[in-house]
Amino acid sequence: MAHLSDKRIKELELVANTLRRHVIEMVAHAGSGHQGGPLGMADVFAALYFHALNHDPKNPDWEDRDRLILSNGHTCPIRYAAMAEAGYFPVDELMTLRRLGTRLQGHPERHKLPGTETTSGPLGAGLAQAVGMAYAGKMDGKKWRVYCQTSDGEHEAGLHWEAMLFAGKNRLDNLVCIVDRNDIQIDGRTEDIMPLEPLRAKYEAFNWHVLECDGNDVSAVVDALHAARSLFDKPICLITHNVPGKGVSYMENNFLWHSQPFKPGEAEAAVAELKAYREKLEAELVELL
Amino acid sequence: MIRKEAKLIGRLDDPKIPRKPTRDGYGQGVVEAARKDQNVVVVCADLTDSTRNADFKKTFPERFVQVGVHEQFLAAGGAGLALAGKIPFITSYAMFCPGRAWEMVRTNICLNDANVKIVGSHAGVSVGPDGATHQAIEDIAILRPIPNIVIVSPCDAIEAEKATLAIAAWKGPCYLRLAREKTPVFTTEESPFEIGKAAMLRTGKDVAIVACGPLVHDALLAAEELAEEGLDAMVINSHTIKPLDEKAILHAAETCEAIVTVEEHQITGGLGGAVAEYLSKVRPTIQEFIGVPNVFGESGEPAELLRHFGMDVPAIKRAAKKAHKRKTHR
Repeated sequence: MAHLSDKRIKELELVANTLRRHVIEMVAHAGSGHQGGPLGMADVFAALYFHALNHDPKNPDWEDRDRLILSNGHTCPIRYAAMAEAGYFPVDELMTLRRLGTRLQGHPERHKLPGTETTSGPLGAGLAQAVGMAYAGKMDGKKWRVYCQTSDGEHEAGLHWEAMLFAGKNRLDNLVCIVDRNDIQIDGRTEDIMPLEPLRAKYEAFNWHVLECDGNDVSAVVDALHAARSLFDKPICLITHNVPGKGVSYMENNFLWHSQPFKPGEAEAAVAELKAYREKLEAELVELL
Repeated sequence: MIRKEAKLIGRLDDPKIPRKPTRDGYGQGVVEAARKDQNVVVVCADLTDSTRNADFKKTFPERFVQVGVHEQFLAAGGAGLALAGKIPFITSYAMFCPGRAWEMVRTNICLNDANVKIVGSHAGVSVGPDGATHQAIEDIAILRPIPNIVIVSPCDAIEAEKATLAIAAWKGPCYLRLAREKTPVFTTEESPFEIGKAAMLRTGKDVAIVACGPLVHDALLAAEELAEEGLDAMVINSHTIKPLDEKAILHAAETCEAIVTVEEHQITGGLGGAVAEYLSKVRPTIQEFIGVPNVFGESGEPAELLRHFGMDVPAIKRAAKKAHKRKTHR
């Protein structure tokens, strides 16, 4: 089932392409930061900020907004890129990433940048805060929903499982935990470092609904986020199978690109590849018009 | 002499002085705070009765949250509740929260400036027979370097109740340090209490005793005995360790030129450290430290342990005499 027209999906693919380019340019300009995760999550963030979230970029503290918690705070370049494109702040500001005095801290800080919901980075702590928010929302009978973006690697932290137990017990169906299942972490592949599989069964055993999709297929992500809205009585886990480094062929599926600095020419090559893909997307969009 | 304005009970050394744990004062205070503000919620980690939250649970069942033995979640989930507008009192033993949950307290609560009230019961060696594992004597030290947090260690059950209401009304993270044991109730409903404002309980000119927690009573007893021995000791109840009442500490240093700090906590990093850090900048002053001397606690009866670790009335007197002697021999 497709919830959006082919044209709208193509537009979201173009947004994702733009976000990827911002990620490369931001991290290259900053001289440090993370690329692999953010590139893999670009399609999910296009779907969230430009389709699923009920939010108002001009009023980031709007009381009835959906809350998006970025638990794996190191992937913030993708969030910053999406927020800038959505209108939270000027796109030019993206180039201040990680510089002294910036609102775009190396890991997001709530007080510095309105709309980030919480300060995050130390892994495993985002879901717990999202759960606290979702519980408060339920107490007050609020309609807003809480989305928590997590990495797969951070599922090794005990606190995450504490939060999973509590959310399952309290049937927080206003909560969606999105797992960036890209199979990599700093030291290598997750299944070598500390196996997480069967991840779906683990969530289900903790009394969660589980949805899975190809996280680099915008249409599939849109459908999954839509399906999550019609699930009740349990919190929802959406496992998005993402290719780390997606869109830049030399980065794809290489765990070293979790966060290594660019060598001369590498960022330029990445941008060129993304530009070429953009032209293809634009041509496809014209055909749909 | 004891200041009238402190509104203490008449006879501090009355053997029949009423005794109540400070955690009881919190238990009453939090129900009252919840009546005043509907956003107050209590979060428990499988210690509802011993953290004195049973009355709250009975009175406000819909505002009581049970998280089980999940102290890290207690702190991080508490931050989430606060970010969504609640005023959560997250409660456990001090050893576990802030102890076990330190990084969540630092990052999720304090760096976020989330309006969370951390209630740590069973602080100090007075937990007694439970032994070193459960005796939180490092909690002040681990919280003091964190920006945004307020640290309060009330001296008796009445002050604990007032402190509970005060932190509920305060915007931002607070830590309330509570004790398990029954200790003398020597302040009254009329005794003044304000966050960040130390209470001068006894005027004196020879040595100033700056104390927090239930040992404030022992400090007063020591001062009264010292008076009979010709030493006039000032006693300050420094219930707020952060922000420290610098004005009161400076006044004590200027008046007495010798200080004894008293706390049921490691000497390193606690009230004594806060006083020394401040005075060394503005008016270096002779100081003796009453507290746990860089060792772990152990099993025993509370009074035995206070004597064993040098935190009882005779130890406070010895420290006061020593500080005074150092001053006069300088």
